[in-house]
Amino acid sequence: MSSVAELAESRELFVNLTLRELRGKYKRSVLGWTWSLLNPLANMVIFSVVFRYFLKVATTAGDPSGLKVFALWLLCGLLPWNFLSNGMSGSMGTLIANSNLIKKVFFPREILVASNIASWVVSFLLELGVLALVLVVAGSFVLPWLLPVIGLVVVQTLFVVGIGLVLSVLNVYFRDVQHFIGILLQIWFYATPIVYPISYVRDALKHRHVLFTLYKLNPMVRFVEAYRDCLYDRRFPPLLDTVFLVGVSVATLAVGVYVFTKLEPKLAEEL
Amino acid sequence: MADPVVVVDGVSKRFRLYHERNRSLKAAILRAGRVRYDEFWALRDVSLEIEEGITYGLVGENGSGKSTLLKCIAKILRPDDGRIATRGKMAALLELGSGFHPELSGRENVFLNGSILGLSKRDLTARFDDIVGFAGLERFIDQPVKNYSSGMYVRLGFSVAINIDPDVLLVDEVLAVGDAVFQRRCNEKFADFRRAGKTVVIVSHATDALRTMCDRVAWLKDGQVVAEGRSEDVVDDYVDQGHEDRVEVTPEVAESRWGSGEVRLQHVTLVDSAGRETSHPSTGDAVTIRLRYRADKPVAKPVFGLALETLDGTWLWAHHTRDAGFVPDEIVGEGVVDLHVPNLMLQPGTYDLSASVVDYTTTHQYDYLRRCLRFDVEHGTPRESGGFVALGGRWVSDSFVA
Repeated sequence: MSSVAELAESRELFVNLTLRELRGKYKRSVLGWTWSLLNPLANMVIFSVVFRYFLKVATTAGDPSGLKVFALWLLCGLLPWNFLSNGMSGSMGTLIANSNLIKKVFFPREILVASNIASWVVSFLLELGVLALVLVVAGSFVLPWLLPVIGLVVVQTLFVVGIGLVLSVLNVYFRDVQHFIGILLQIWFYATPIVYPISYVRDALKHRHVLFTLYKLNPMVRFVEAYRDCLYDRRFPPLLDTVFLVGVSVATLAVGVYVFTKLEPKLAEEL
Repeated sequence: MADPVVVVDGVSKRFRLYHERNRSLKAAILRAGRVRYDEFWALRDVSLEIEEGITYGLVGENGSGKSTLLKCIAKILRPDDGRIATRGKMAALLELGSGFHPELSGRENVFLNGSILGLSKRDLTARFDDIVGFAGLERFIDQPVKNYSSGMYVRLGFSVAINIDPDVLLVDEVLAVGDAVFQRRCNEKFADFRRAGKTVVIVSHATDALRTMCDRVAWLKDGQVVAEGRSEDVVDDYVDQGHEDRVEVTPEVAESRWGSGEVRLQHVTLVDSAGRETSHPSTGDAVTIRLRYRADKPVAKPVFGLALETLDGTWLWAHHTRDAGFVPDEIVGEGVVDLHVPNLMLQPGTYDLSASVVDYTTTHQYDYLRRCLRFDVEHGTPRESGGFVALGGRWVSDSFVA
């Protein structure tokens, strides 16, 4: 049976496992689901204070929206980043956390990664929804732009699933992947224009176009820019960027599926 | 009917035993692909066919590969060589409740576990009451399963698995779960299952259960099929073979020894009718239990005693020389006492013998050797169905001829 057919057959399992992730995440906490919003909120406050008020990062004005609020601008980049970072950390641990299941029951193992990331997609969408509301309250009628944002979420999900598939299975073989990823995520965070506008980098690398092109090869640069285009500026991201993102995401997913299917048969004995 | 539902064709499974189990990238890079490991063949060229509607047992010692084979059939492990073809919906009971999430309620876990095992939500809703009723957990179903006792946990897991109604059920050593009531219900459920023409594959050490439950049995040893055939034949061969000669039986191997030491038991042996020492007599054999003693000073009216226990400590039998009216006035030096048993009326199994020398009041121990001789009884005559003792009875009926 091909894995695609198996996956289709396991749709219900996928839904159930996703629900398990979602339900289990905030069980036994008083605030429950509020945490999923409080975390980005705390991030937002900290980064706003440090970067806006201490380090004096300039607030970019939305073009054409005219919006000029640092915290909102920050969130438009921070939320997609959190999705990536949560998805990577979550999928990395999911095979190990479910090792008893893998060793005792047969089912397509990629479902574990997919359902873990799906649970992060749900939180991400929730956060985006709240952000959209706040944007509307702040006077920026962003609702029609949520459509392209959904498209971006879909593309980014492919990207995250691709990375998650590789990391989940690699971490079973080499447990130091998770430590390595901890460092990588820090570097990656600052290599992405989340707490600073991309114009700073463009200016700094004004005479070094090659370096700037290299910088922009980081897919998260264009993801964050695209989310900001839609949500903060209310304009479409450049077509070329979109094509780049779709291409990179599909390629990442393909690599992920390849690596995973290559290493998956031995999972039950390696765990 | 004779169509095989599971075909195992030349399956081999290899495990790697790493010399240095270093799961780090650094180590992997330093080794640069030259991984040092020993290979261990858990299964080697195993072929068998399991027909539809039968109960099939896999026996073998620990490490013989039977669980590996079951996991290969369940698609959890992938064989390195060979092919396994299965037909119909398959469910594996390898560990019960393995997919449970401790923080979720029993209800949520039933749906989760059921969908892991391949049931749709509609089926689960329809069977939910059966599942909960079978596990006997109606009152607790909305509690988080982390508050369940281990018995409740396992019962719910078993109940979900058995109620998903697969065509082929793979079972690994789970027959001994829960209390007596639940065990009986499980056995009834297995029986229903077999009556419904479903196929069951069981891995177990419980040879008695395998003998009665299974139609056919394969005996695995070191990853290879040694014998395959009718369950009675294969299981009996397996049980008999398992009784390799016991190590030299001396008082030193006794589990514990105490006593004041005026008389010491030096040797406790089991002797067959030909006068040879044995550690595996057969049911119905004439055997002699021989005690060698030594008393450095004269001891008046010593009483020799023997007792038999099963491995789980059930006290089966005891006898001593005072009750038999066989007490000497005095012993000194070395000597021998025999107990002649004309027919060893024990069913196949493993038994432990304890021996003692006490004074005439039986309150003072000179020497007591607890569990000093272990022996295995093999199939002989009479051959009866189960338990510890053979009564040698005969079935008769005026109402029918058989």
